Amino acid sequence: MAEQKQPSTLSGDSVKIIAESIGIGNLTEESLTTMSDDATYRLKLLIQDAKKFMRHGKRKKLTQADFDHALKVRNIEPLYGFQAKDHIPFRFASGGGRELYFTEEKEIELQDVINSSGPKVPMDVTLKAHWLSIEGQQPAIPENPPPAEKSEQQLESLDPAAKLAAVKPLKDKAGKDTTGKAKHRPRQPELVKLKDLEIHELSVEQQFYYKEITEACVGSDESRRAEALQSLATDPGLYQMLPRFSTFVCEGVKVNVVQNNLALLIYLMRMVKSLMDNSALYLEKYLHELTPAICTCIVSKQLCMRPDVDNHWALRDFAARLMHQLCKTFTTSTNNVQTRVTRMFTRCLQNEKAPLATYYGSISALGELGHEVIRRRLVPSDLRVSSCSCWGCFCALHSDAR
Amino acid sequence: MLLYPVFIQLYLELVYNGHEDAARDFYDKFSGEQDDYLQEDLRQLSIITKKQHMEENVHVMENFRTSKYVIRMSRDSYTMLKRHLQATKKNLLLNLIQEHLYVDVFDGLPRSKEQISAVAGALGGEARRESNKTKVFYGLLKEPELNVQLEEEEEGAEGEDKPKKKKTKKELFSRKAKNDPNAPSSTRIPLPELTDSDKLDKVQSLREATKRVKVTADNLPSVCFYTILNAHQGVTSIEIAEDSSLMAAGFADGVIRIWAMTPARLRSMKYSNELEIIDKEADDVLERMMDDRTAANMKLMLGHSGPVYASRFSTDRKYMLSCSEDATIRLWSLLTYTCLVCYKGHTYPVWDVRFCPQGYYFVSAGQDRTARLWVTDQYQPVRIFTGHLSDVDCVQFHPNSNYVASGSCDRTVRLWDVLTGNCVRYMTGHKAAVQVLCFTPCGKMLASAGADGLVLVWALHHGNLLAILSSHTDTIYTMGFSREGHILATGGIDNCVVMWNMQKVAEQVDSEDLSLSTVHIKTDVIEQPLASYHTKATPVLCLHFSRRNLLLAAGPFVQT
Repeated sequence: MAEQKQPSTLSGDSVKIIAESIGIGNLTEESLTTMSDDATYRLKLLIQDAKKFMRHGKRKKLTQADFDHALKVRNIEPLYGFQAKDHIPFRFASGGGRELYFTEEKEIELQDVINSSGPKVPMDVTLKAHWLSIEGQQPAIPENPPPAEKSEQQLESLDPAAKLAAVKPLKDKAGKDTTGKAKHRPRQPELVKLKDLEIHELSVEQQFYYKEITEACVGSDESRRAEALQSLATDPGLYQMLPRFSTFVCEGVKVNVVQNNLALLIYLMRMVKSLMDNSALYLEKYLHELTPAICTCIVSKQLCMRPDVDNHWALRDFAARLMHQLCKTFTTSTNNVQTRVTRMFTRCLQNEKAPLATYYGSISALGELGHEVIRRRLVPSDLRVSSCSCWGCFCALHSDAR
Repeated sequence: MLLYPVFIQLYLELVYNGHEDAARDFYDKFSGEQDDYLQEDLRQLSIITKKQHMEENVHVMENFRTSKYVIRMSRDSYTMLKRHLQATKKNLLLNLIQEHLYVDVFDGLPRSKEQISAVAGALGGEARRESNKTKVFYGLLKEPELNVQLEEEEEGAEGEDKPKKKKTKKELFSRKAKNDPNAPSSTRIPLPELTDSDKLDKVQSLREATKRVKVTADNLPSVCFYTILNAHQGVTSIEIAEDSSLMAAGFADGVIRIWAMTPARLRSMKYSNELEIIDKEADDVLERMMDDRTAANMKLMLGHSGPVYASRFSTDRKYMLSCSEDATIRLWSLLTYTCLVCYKGHTYPVWDVRFCPQGYYFVSAGQDRTARLWVTDQYQPVRIFTGHLSDVDCVQFHPNSNYVASGSCDRTVRLWDVLTGNCVRYMTGHKAAVQVLCFTPCGKMLASAGADGLVLVWALHHGNLLAILSSHTDTIYTMGFSREGHILATGGIDNCVVMWNMQKVAEQVDSEDLSLSTVHIKTDVIEQPLASYHTKATPVLCLHFSRRNLLLAAGPFVQT
């Protein structure tokens, strides 16, 4: 049953303090208890009435207006002037051996209020229509909540077993298999829980969208690419196409690194950035493809056809920042992404035979990862490159940026 | 079931006799064992700790001390209880039960736990056997004869399709012309006659009915959602007109906004000096009467001084009613967009008001625990329906306008006869206040929903519970049946629109034998809705099936 809650009451001390604040100083203990009991009783009655007004006002939060209406119904003069949108915290003060909580009332200069420009006029009430469902299906337009909430996606990737436990007996065919398996599970607890293979089907619109976006991202039209990237960063309904996007990026990087196609690598990295910027997507399940792709762009020994002329340093920097963002978002104590990535970059630095570009890449990446990393990994290590002039520049650049 | 009233009476006895501490101990010890849904009531009771409180709080005391709490028990269980109490010599308890409880004894098998919990929850106990015995005319009124006009219109139209169309029209009419033994006669209560514009309206609605999409469990309706943005003051009610052309929203600052949902804009009528000069015989006189200079997409109606809790359109869309916290009901004209009448009968906030489907009557529900029936041309109500133990939160007219259903804060639903003013059905089972009532289009069933998130479907014939639909997690504020009654859509403050299949439940009502002595009806507990659609932070405050079965939903966008 529900745990026993102590009913709240107004204490005698509070009544004493309130009485003192209006000038009545000497009250006996008995009168204090009587008054506090009475006050508690009346307050509770009023709050119950105010709850009815809140329910009819179709709200979940009780407001001062509700309380005022409750007072009106009971023929009590309502309190004027109480209007606060947020919770006003109590301020604590102690002195003279007693502690007090009070609400701070600020004194404002009237002249300032008069002279200041008025507040912005709020926008007028408007009506807007959209399709909540078309013949039973909820379309994935921005006005509707995303088909799978980010928290659901997160739960799915971190704890796949939770989905099995929560399966309710459904009547359709797809559901039948899962319930059958779930029922058998308790009898054979030693078996490893297998997640059912999910059939990833994309609707025609989604396939079309995928084709358009990928072509736009790697094509030559800059404005189309900007639009495509914008769409990737804001569209809430992309989560079903994520595996295909991550495969696209991964394969694309592999192929283009061999072909030393700098432009395409840059475009692919921008795609990854847009996907990460999308607040409705949780990419943890695809990190195993995206992380190597990004690392390739950082430390690969040759990213373009003419290394002396083309600016592949910018790509490495961009990819390093991307790696930093990735580590920040997805590191948990179980997957240790940051640790593993840091270790990989330091190993890369310690490899004496690596080319200069690789060194640049790994230093840049480690630099992006933060102060601590710089201090622990970069500074004490005994590097051949430390005598090189570049070393000084990099350190200066990165420490200035912090 | 017995524990709760006994607990209350004992607690009150202790308080009345001045044993405060004992009362508090008693409360602390035993209140935890009561059911969850009764905790709300118990918390209200716990406030009363002194005899003086009891005397002041007349309202609550009336409920507990004077009216008897009704419990239904099978004869076997009752005899066993009496025997046990006599054997253990618990005379006090025996006296208490005799005095304050009314045990309605019935012959037959004792009920199972599910059956008991399905009807438990009301403030005054359950329904007595006799309370639901009156015959209720739940059939629909006979449709007026419109044959002549319709056929004339059709003759001018397509040639080859003529025979087919005529047959379908005749089918529609013949179904209604059959004499339904359960329908009240058309003259049972005086209803206004149909005007010409009403007849045109009916023809129009029949025409649209032929284009209606059949909406069933396999063919779900599409939902179009209207969001009200930037409503800082808080939207308290939304309503869409019967032909889906107008939408009215009431706000917490007393303002009502009316929007036109069709491309036609809202125009008000010209002043009388201009009206005199127009040609009355012209074909488009109705158009000429309207002043195009005042055309606007939205009209503002000012007049109330408190939050507007309901704003309803009349079926002919000429009038609008609104009720508010300032205890008044206002009638507005939708031709001039001004207030016509202010009805002052309630002295406490009016929570709901509904227009009669045939026009002229309206019913209001107030905090003073009454529902009142008014006519538009009298300033005093013609009927006052009393009997609820707590405020009446919602009311609804039956499609044949002969009955009014009211749902209340005391967790019961009552059906009142308009002609006599008596309560003909008393239905218990909700576990929290009832917020919305809806009759099926066929008139045989009533659906009620409220703060407990449950939808209960009652058969009006005998007043028993047919089905419990549970899927919502928070208060349900609106419901709507599809035009044939196959789908029920519900929406509430949990930002969700849920659709339920009513076909099975309807079949149950039709198939069972119509004997009034059936005590136990198997209630369906349906937990899997057909579909549920979430919105983005928008509580659903209005659901309306258009004449072609497109579901329109509306709600305010709440910025947290």
